[in-house]
Amino acid sequence: MSETSAPLLSVSGVETYYGNIVALRGVDIDVHRGEIVTLIGANGAGKSTLMMTICGNPRARHGQIVYDGTDISAMPTHEIMRLGIAQSPEGRRIFPRMTVMENLQMGAQLVDDKYFDDDVKRVFDLFPRLKERQVQRGGTLSGGEQQMLAIGRALMSRPKLLLLDEPSLGLAPLIVRQIFDIIGDLNKNEGLTVFLVEQNAFHALKLAHRGHVMVNGKITMSGTGAELLKREEVRAAYLEGGKH
Amino acid sequence: MSSNDTQPADVNHPEGAQIKREERLAAPNLPADDPANSYAAAIKDAAIAALLAGVLGFFFLAIRTDIAPGGLEVTTRWALWIISMIVVFGGRLAISLFFRGGKAKGAGNKVVSAVAVPGLGTWLGRILFAFAVILPFFFVYFFPGRDRQFIDLAILIMTYIMLGWGLNIVVGLAGLLDLGYVAFYAVGAYSFALLATHFDFIGFWIALPLAGILAAFWGMILGFPVLRLRGDYLAIVTLAFGEIIRVVLLNWYEFTGGPDGVSGIPKPTLFGLEFTRGEGGFADFFGLEYDSIQRFIFLYYIIFILAIATNLITMRLRKMPIGRAWEALREDEIACRSLGINTTNTKLTAFSTGAMFGGLAGSFFATRQGFISPESFTFLESAIILAIVVLGGLGSQIGVVIASIVMIGGIELLRNLDFLQAIFGSNFDPTQYRMLIFGLAMVLIMVWKPRGLISSRNPSAIYKEKKAIGADMVAQGEGH
Amino acid sequence: MADTKDMTAPASTGRAWENDAVLTVEHLTMRFGGLTAVNDLSFNVGRGDITALIGPNGAGKTTVFNCVTGFYKPTEGRITMRHGKVSNDFIERVTDTGERYRVEGNAGVYLLERMPDFTISDKAKVARTFQNIRLFAGMTVLENLLVAQHNRLMVASNFTFGGLLGLPGYRKARQASMEKAIYWMERVNLLDRADDPAGDLPYGAQRRLEIARSMCTDPHLLCLDEPAAGLNPRESAELNDLLQFIRREHGTSILLIEHDMGVVMEISDHVVVLDYGEKISDGDAEAVRNDPKVIAAYLGVDDEEEIEEILEEDAEIAKAHARGEEVSDDVVMPEKAKAKSKAKPKAKKAAPAKARSEPVPAAAGATPAPAMAGGLNAPRDGKGDNLTRIKGIGPINEKKLNAHGIFHFDQIAAWKAADVKQAEDYLAFDGRIKREEWVKQAKTLAKGGDTDFSKRVDKGAVPSSRSGKGKGGSK
Repeated sequence: MSETSAPLLSVSGVETYYGNIVALRGVDIDVHRGEIVTLIGANGAGKSTLMMTICGNPRARHGQIVYDGTDISAMPTHEIMRLGIAQSPEGRRIFPRMTVMENLQMGAQLVDDKYFDDDVKRVFDLFPRLKERQVQRGGTLSGGEQQMLAIGRALMSRPKLLLLDEPSLGLAPLIVRQIFDIIGDLNKNEGLTVFLVEQNAFHALKLAHRGHVMVNGKITMSGTGAELLKREEVRAAYLEGGKH
Repeated sequence: MSSNDTQPADVNHPEGAQIKREERLAAPNLPADDPANSYAAAIKDAAIAALLAGVLGFFFLAIRTDIAPGGLEVTTRWALWIISMIVVFGGRLAISLFFRGGKAKGAGNKVVSAVAVPGLGTWLGRILFAFAVILPFFFVYFFPGRDRQFIDLAILIMTYIMLGWGLNIVVGLAGLLDLGYVAFYAVGAYSFALLATHFDFIGFWIALPLAGILAAFWGMILGFPVLRLRGDYLAIVTLAFGEIIRVVLLNWYEFTGGPDGVSGIPKPTLFGLEFTRGEGGFADFFGLEYDSIQRFIFLYYIIFILAIATNLITMRLRKMPIGRAWEALREDEIACRSLGINTTNTKLTAFSTGAMFGGLAGSFFATRQGFISPESFTFLESAIILAIVVLGGLGSQIGVVIASIVMIGGIELLRNLDFLQAIFGSNFDPTQYRMLIFGLAMVLIMVWKPRGLISSRNPSAIYKEKKAIGADMVAQGEGH
Repeated sequence: MADTKDMTAPASTGRAWENDAVLTVEHLTMRFGGLTAVNDLSFNVGRGDITALIGPNGAGKTTVFNCVTGFYKPTEGRITMRHGKVSNDFIERVTDTGERYRVEGNAGVYLLERMPDFTISDKAKVARTFQNIRLFAGMTVLENLLVAQHNRLMVASNFTFGGLLGLPGYRKARQASMEKAIYWMERVNLLDRADDPAGDLPYGAQRRLEIARSMCTDPHLLCLDEPAAGLNPRESAELNDLLQFIRREHGTSILLIEHDMGVVMEISDHVVVLDYGEKISDGDAEAVRNDPKVIAAYLGVDDEEEIEEILEEDAEIAKAHARGEEVSDDVVMPEKAKAKSKAKPKAKKAAPAKARSEPVPAAAGATPAPAMAGGLNAPRDGKGDNLTRIKGIGPINEKKLNAHGIFHFDQIAAWKAADVKQAEDYLAFDGRIKREEWVKQAKTLAKGGDTDFSKRVDKGAVPSSRSGKGKGGSK
């Protein structure tokens, strides 16, 4: 990866609180251009909080988030998103009363109209299921289809940095593979930078160039995907069945 | 109960939220370790409280004006003023040092955590309750000239507290936004007024339960059409219902007297004793000198007992399956249905229980006024009652009390803004700006505390320790 | 507190779903406007079984759940819940009379499609959880479990009036409800969090609490909608234990929707597979796993192959670990990890992107295969190479390739980029062939050479299409 230039996204010393409760205790992560970086960890470790903090809600109480040379730590969320970041958030958050097509249009708000048809076609190629459902309202889609829609909507904004929060949640095994392949292809073919939060550590680490492990709001391990896959601690905690 | 079969243990991976909890538990007890520090803080805190009491009491206690021949006569009572400050100082110090490990740190610590509130709330509740018990005598003793006015205001506030508590069942607990609550207030008032004027043998005490039952019945009637509604639609239909009741009262001249209203509504009696001058009256029976204030005090205690009963029943219901079902309904209706809860019945009971208390308050209103007309039951009343519930914090009983005092007392207080003339010149008529100032104050409060003054929720069942639940967790239900 | 029901937990021997069904779904159809979400679906849930309902996203699984639990009224069909031994005659009688349910002695018949949702939980004793957890977030863990016991407590409190007066019957019932709540909090390890709001719990704990809450309604059938979604492997394993405990100790039959094949294959007695609202497979876990229709529509890659892959990766990593050196993405591995991997065939790689729209010859069987470039009508010398010696090709894929006229290593070795693309399309392997370097492997093997992987195939360490050591390669 091109690690020569400054990272596209640089999170340093970020601490986030919910009220008085510490959610992140000084997190440092760099995401370089063209890289897939994944963050794995148990439920409630703070992975999603970090993703939301990058988007400015909640705000980091300490630390700095720099995107493409701009300090975005104090920027309002909508302005952050205009810089070319797209997110497929936890819980999908699609617009339930809008049709699939309208949801995609919402994702394309910031993009020139001339790209729209191509982009929609690309999303429908990636998720043929959405094409079948394009006039259905988002809320009537099944859980997995909503997940596809959330990712599709994020892609519609032609982001430079794609933030994905548990894209595999609730998806059939076949679709999970498909989604990870799609992420890999987008990265390879279009140079899309991806920051991926996953519970499905095996897939995520296989796909990612670099990975981080988060425990209780702190990064405890970092390395390339392959390195982390090898680590006994990682395998024990996140990969194997935890049989007893 | 053997527990060796399955151990879905998450002991091995402490989760973020678990830490959150530990931190939260640790948080309120942070300072208080250093005794010297806490004494100093307690003394400082008590001094501040005494100073505040001094400032507030200056015009009430230290300086006093009485109407005297040829104008006002100013008398000073410095001893009383100083004693009051000493009492406040001592009392505050005692509270700081002996209860809950010292709220003294509150003076320097701006953090108001969700856990600190119940302690404060409980004590506030007790103090307010104690004051409410002695309230009429307090005013009679300290403000002999204006006692009637103050007790009347207290009755008004108490009526709104009761209405607020009644509406709190529907809006705060069951989460069903009701913009037409005043309809039940009207039903209660008219039930009593019409029963009492048509049948001589029906007095206040017989009519009271009847009014409650009738209002509860109307609560059900309203409940049926709105069962399937959600959100804004629910709010609109309840609003329409409130207006329908008022318009019917206004136009059904033969029955309700239309805009003329109903007059000659009997006053309540104490076991048959009327509060009238002369033979057979209350004063005569007890050998007291007749004073019209006695009737006010009596009225005050009636509404006080009614309101307290409302509160106790509500608190009791909250801990019972039906109350828990109301709250569950507010949290998630679909989950309720999946657990076999008949949401139709649950909503109807919430509506009718709330309506019943509204009706009881209504019949008290009728007997207090002696005259009622549809004018008293406009949408504005519904809005004020709802504002009390929202301002106090949905579902919070003590919140309703504080909000009633702030709102109803505040509106009255703003009648006496003559000092503003000193600032804006004598052409300035403060009463014209009364509602404006009041509105601004409400906006400010809601900006400061978006979920109401007391926004935390107390659990209805406790396994080991009671922890208040922060407002961010609690759902608001339909129509918010 | 002994919480076991009078109905004993039958050992799951035989095929309970054929002999002793607790729930029968017959000809269920659900249409939304013009969209048919479920079409003429029939299946049984055996008493005491753990039954899994699987299928691709949008196949109609949750719709089936919503019909069973009364949240939707099905367009057509009958859904029968049976308590105790019930004869078909009894069911027909109830159906004909138009009753919603009838109880005679120990036997009860409940026609769920006729019952309002809340009575299904109350009377028919069917409980459910939700895909996106629906706890009462602002209420404590304990309160959540008490709300679930609402109906019993309402009766005990004489519909509130007795309770308001503090009658002893209610107090006793309240005590019992607390005990039941504590029992389940212990079971799901949430006792120390009893007084915390449910919304504060970590995700995995919320899932467990939702199951505990459903169990507080004393269900005969527990319906779980994706209980393992968002759980990490350890939590999934704990979930397995919890579900097996529920079935064993409480005799509760379980119907679950799940995508985590580790959970499904490990604990299910019976698996029903849906696709496009119709049943495509029904049987025990083993049968369903090997059903080509299921593989094509849902699993994507046959199981053996997945295991093959995970074993390879494990071994490679272990080896590299031992050597302490860097490793590339693909290679080989030992046998011991096999059992474990079988339980969790998690190594999923490339995805069959158009599994549905593209013909999948080996699986579907019917569609004639388009010949590949250089494809043969029959293997040379009547015998093809053992293509499974190429890492990434399992017996099923070999069959698929054969169907396309690919029998020999040299054919694969000659593939150009376009051929790879074409092969990926019909095998539904986006990018995978290239990554696994089939062409390179094939070149080596065509020359008679060996790769690490092929050696292991030859040793019989990896399941292959040919038994024995025969290299079957063209020398």
